Amino acid sequence: MAAEGKSIDALSQFELTPVLGAVGNAVGFTQSTAHMLLAVGLVTALMLWGVSRRAIVPGRLQALAESSYEFVHELVVGQVGDQGRKYFPFVFSLFMFILFGNLLGMVPYGFTFTSHIAVTFGLAALVFVVVTVIALMIHGTHFFGYFFPEGAPKVLAPLIIPIEVISYLSRPVSLSVRLFANMVAGHVMLKVFATFVVMIGSAAGVLGILGATLPLAVNIALIGFELLVAFLQAYVFAILTSIYLHDAVHLH
Amino acid sequence: MSEKDGFEERLREARTRRGLDKPQATRGSPNSGPWGVGFRAGVEVVSALGVGVFLGIVLDRWLGTWPWLFLLFFVLGSAAGILNVYRLFSPRRGAGR
Repeated sequence: MAAEGKSIDALSQFELTPVLGAVGNAVGFTQSTAHMLLAVGLVTALMLWGVSRRAIVPGRLQALAESSYEFVHELVVGQVGDQGRKYFPFVFSLFMFILFGNLLGMVPYGFTFTSHIAVTFGLAALVFVVVTVIALMIHGTHFFGYFFPEGAPKVLAPLIIPIEVISYLSRPVSLSVRLFANMVAGHVMLKVFATFVVMIGSAAGVLGILGATLPLAVNIALIGFELLVAFLQAYVFAILTSIYLHDAVHLH
Repeated sequence: MSEKDGFEERLREARTRRGLDKPQATRGSPNSGPWGVGFRAGVEVVSALGVGVFLGIVLDRWLGTWPWLFLLFFVLGSAAGILNVYRLFSPRRGAGR
């Protein structure tokens, strides 16, 4: 984790290493898996513990739990409408899992499991399959009308339908790449500037120490920015899921 | 009741004064700012193009028509990417969507 030596090694922070000794090695239990379990545990603990007291005047934890609930609830109902209420648990789980994954990556020595395309594409593919199945369940074969807008000239069908199908298939790709790229870019930038601090700081004299404060200041600003991105990307994932759910429920 | 209404009014005034009530965020374009918008548009284009190229290559392998379907789906993928970007910037609940 530490930036050592004279070269900038920004990508080794994303390497997977097995944890839990021989058992973890045998089943491929990496620090990524461990952080996912931790994220699920923390979300569950927050929601269970936070609302366990059921106070009229909420304490800090209860306020956090309730405001996150209300935030996602408002988002889903605002995008999908009243029929979206039954999809709220799905979107809420996704949002909290991604948010905690992003935030756990901001903890020193933590690992960002959302910086792996395998994880984000897994989540996006889940969204894609769920949304498509919901659309098929609600609309049956009418769902395929989604790929051909009403009123378009029939002559253009061989052109419009493949384009619409590709556009539909590109949803999970763009959804996963957006989250993955944002997390990777942020952590690479943090690592690069952290390495600058060490490289300049290890140079001789007072000048080196003074020079090192510049990238350190940049890094402090970047950490604030990364906290914003961590929240924003979880929000973007959740709102796009809701938009896709809206399309699945209403088709047009 | 009137006492409560007065309180809500004063609370709202105080919140606006302190800038606590943020203006309602525009729906559908959460990641605002020039970099965010540019990045989103870029991702939309590249992902649609990628899906198109992938489909073209897979179909070519299957049907043995290399490189014609690849070229066709390259163009269709670009069109889908532009469609994605158009949808990103067009109002969402419009006609035909």
